Amino acid sequence: MLHTFVSLVDDKPGVLTRVASLFRRLNVNIVSLTVGESERDGVSRMTIVCEAPEHAADRIRASLYKLEITRDVDELGRAEAVIRELCLIKVAAGPTTPHGQHSRSQLFELANVFRARVVDLAPESIMLEMTGAASKIEGLLQVLRESKFEVLEVSRTGRMAMRRGRHTGRVLKALGTKTPDTAPVAFPERPDEDDLPNQFDEDEA
Amino acid sequence: MTDKNAHPTLTGAEILWATLVGEGVTTVFGYPGGAILPAYDALRKFPIHHVLTRHEQGAAHMADGYARASGKVGVAIATSGPGATNLVTGIATAMLDSIPIVCITGQVSSKVLGSDAFQEIDITGITLPITKHNFVATRPEEIAPMIREAFQIAASGRPGPVLVDITKDAQQGTAIFDFENAAPAPYRPHPMLRTESAEMQRAIELMRGSKKPVILAGHGIILSAAEREVLAFAERYQIPVATTLLGLGAFPASHPLALGMMGMHGESWVNHAIQQADLLLAFGMRFDDRVTGNLASYAQNAKKIHIEIDPSEINKNVKVDVALIGDLKEVLNTMEPLINDKNYASDAGSRNTTTDWLREIRALKGDAAVRDIINLPDNGHLYAAHVINDIWQEAKAAGRLDKTIIATDVGQHQMWEAQYFKHENTRTLVTSGGLGTMGFALPAAIGAKMARPDCDVWCIAGDGGFQMTASELSTIQQEGIHVNVAVINNGFLGMVRQWQEAFYDKNYACSPILSPDFVKLAGAHGIPGAHVTERKEVTQTVTEARTAPTAFLINFSVEKEDGVYPMIAPGAALHEMVRRPNPLIETAEDE
Repeated sequence: MLHTFVSLVDDKPGVLTRVASLFRRLNVNIVSLTVGESERDGVSRMTIVCEAPEHAADRIRASLYKLEITRDVDELGRAEAVIRELCLIKVAAGPTTPHGQHSRSQLFELANVFRARVVDLAPESIMLEMTGAASKIEGLLQVLRESKFEVLEVSRTGRMAMRRGRHTGRVLKALGTKTPDTAPVAFPERPDEDDLPNQFDEDEA
Repeated sequence: MTDKNAHPTLTGAEILWATLVGEGVTTVFGYPGGAILPAYDALRKFPIHHVLTRHEQGAAHMADGYARASGKVGVAIATSGPGATNLVTGIATAMLDSIPIVCITGQVSSKVLGSDAFQEIDITGITLPITKHNFVATRPEEIAPMIREAFQIAASGRPGPVLVDITKDAQQGTAIFDFENAAPAPYRPHPMLRTESAEMQRAIELMRGSKKPVILAGHGIILSAAEREVLAFAERYQIPVATTLLGLGAFPASHPLALGMMGMHGESWVNHAIQQADLLLAFGMRFDDRVTGNLASYAQNAKKIHIEIDPSEINKNVKVDVALIGDLKEVLNTMEPLINDKNYASDAGSRNTTTDWLREIRALKGDAAVRDIINLPDNGHLYAAHVINDIWQEAKAAGRLDKTIIATDVGQHQMWEAQYFKHENTRTLVTSGGLGTMGFALPAAIGAKMARPDCDVWCIAGDGGFQMTASELSTIQQEGIHVNVAVINNGFLGMVRQWQEAFYDKNYACSPILSPDFVKLAGAHGIPGAHVTERKEVTQTVTEARTAPTAFLINFSVEKEDGVYPMIAPGAALHEMVRRPNPLIETAEDE
C-alpha cells in the first residue's frame, strides 16, 4: 500500500541523500518525494510517498526519526489531509493534429471542466497547468489520450500533503511552538481514525 | 563572545585536540598520514595519549574496545583515502553493536574537494549507512561545534559511531576557540515515556497476570547502566533472566535467577524456557535472528513487553504486545512504583508467584550437565571448552572475576567463551556481536586494556581471526601493556567447518587454515608465549600468563573437529536444537 510521510528536516547539504539512502536500505521504493521550504528558517519540509507493506509504516517513520537531521516525522495514514500535486501537460494543438482547427477550443473546454489553466499557447501546442489530487490529474491525462490528443510532455511534482485542521498543531509542537494541547507524542502512535476516506483510497480505486 | 583574551585564536588542528580534551578524552587510537598531518603536528601540545596502531581497522576496534570496557566514548583517528576506508569495518562493528565511538579523518583541502585529489575519498558518503551521523568540516570554526555534537550524538540515546571528516585547510586555518559556546543543543529524547500511558497500564496488567515470565536481558542494560535496576526487578518479582550474547555480564551468571545465554548456541533449558514462557520482558534487546530462531514459532504462548530506546526496533522482527520506549533505567524506575500500586491499572487478582515456574525450569536443565564436556574426566583430548573454563577458574580463584575482561572475535571460540566463561560483572565481555567481525578481539583487547589498566585483559581468538589483525601484537609491545592472548587453534575456520559439516555434507572447502607458529610470532614481537596441547598444562600456563610482567601469548592446540552445541539450525524453531552429543557414548564408539 501507499504510505505518506511528512518529514521536517534540516536545510543542509546531504540531507536528501540521508533520507533517500534510508529508503534504499529498507528496500522501499519511493513513489514521489517533494522537498521545499517550510514555515521555519533552516527547516525543509519533505513529503514522501512510498510503496510498502501496511505494517512497515511505523518502522519507516521511526527510522526516519532516527536520522540526526530529522526534526519531526508525521505519517498521514488514514488521517484527513489535503494532498495535492501540480502537473504541467504539453499537448499538441495545431492545424496538423487529429482534431485540426478545433483542437484548441476542445482543449479549452477540457481545461475548464478539470479546472486546469492554460499557461502557454504556441502555434503547435498548448501547455496546461493543473493542481489537484493525483486521481484528477490522471483523469485529465486519460481523457486527453482517449480523445486522441497527442500528449507531448508531462511533468508532475509528486504529492504534497498537509493534515487538515487541528492536526497541524502536532507538527508545530514538535518544532517547539506553543499550542493549547501539550500532551507529548507517544509511540507507537496510531493515526486517528477519520470518517473521511484517505485521499489515496480514491487514487488507488 | 569574541573576547580574544578569554577565547584564544587557535589553528583548526589545535581546536580539534583542545575540544577532545574538553570532552574528557585522554587516549586516542590512530595512524598519521598526509591529510591529517597538521593535526598530528599539534598533538604533542595536549595531554592526550596517542596509541599508534598497525592498521586503521585496529584503531577503530581499539576505540570500540575502549568504549565497551569503560562506557566512555572511544576515539579513532586516520588520514584521508585509504586511512579512512580502513576504518570502515571497525565503524560498522560499532554501529551494529551500538558502541559510542568518534572517528576523525583527515580530508584533502576544501579547494580540491571532489577533484579526485591524491588520497581523496568520499568517506562521509561511504560511511553514511554505518554511522549514526557524520560531518564534514571545511572551516576551522566548524571543528569545535562538530566534534562536540559528534560526542553527544555518539553517546546519547542508542549510542553509535560518528565520523568527523576535517579538511587539511580547516586544520591549518585559525579560528577563535570557545569550548562552551560550541556546545550542541541539548539532547532531545524523542518518544517520551509517559507514566500515564495506555502502554504502561497494559504492561503492568500483563505482568500481574503472568505465571511464567522470562526477562530477556540485552546489551541495552549495560548501555543504560541499568544493571542494578534489572537485578532488583528480577529479584523482587522472582523472574528468571535469559541473556543475549551482548547482554552477558549485565546480570550475574551465578545468580539463582540467571538462566544463561539464549539463542542459536544457548543452553537448551534457556531456549525451552523462552518457548514455554507466557510473558517475555525484553529489556534493551532487539530480537536478533540469532536469538529467535524461526520467527513463526518463536515464543508463541508469550505476551511480549519490549522496553527499548530505539522506536525503529519495535515490531521489527517480533511483533510485541506492549512497547515502552525510553531509557531502560528510567522506564524501570517509572514502572516500579506502579506495579505495586493496587489502584493503578486493573488488578487481575493478587500477583502469581513464580515458584512453580522456576522449579519447572530447573527440571528442564535435565541431562545437560551429563552431556557437558566440562564434567568429563580427562580423556586425553584438549577441548576449547576446557581452556575457556580454566581461564574462568583462574580469574575466579584469583578473586579477579570483576577485573577480568575478555575480548573475542566471532565464531566457535566466541560461543565457547559465552558458554563457559561465567560473566558476573558488567563490561567484562568485549565481543563483536551484530557484525560478527573476525580480527576484532586483539585490537579490542588493547583498547579495553588502555581503558581499564587495572584489569586482566584476555584476547581469545581463533587461529583464523587472530591472523587478520595479528600485526597489532606490535602495538602491544610499543605500548608496553599486558594483554594476554589465547589462540584457540584447531587448524580450521571452526564455525565455517561446523556449518560445512552440518549443512554442506562435510565439504570442507577452504576451511582448513595453515597458521604460523604463534609462539614464535609472539617471540618475534618480543612477547613470550607457550604452546599447550594437553589439558593438564592449561591451568598452570594460564596462571603464568596472568601473572606475567608483560604480554603473553598461549597457543592452545585444541580438538580439531569439535563443534559448538547446542545448536539451532538456521530457520529451525528455538526449541528444535541439536543437542550436545553425549561424549560418553561417542568416546565409547571411537574406541
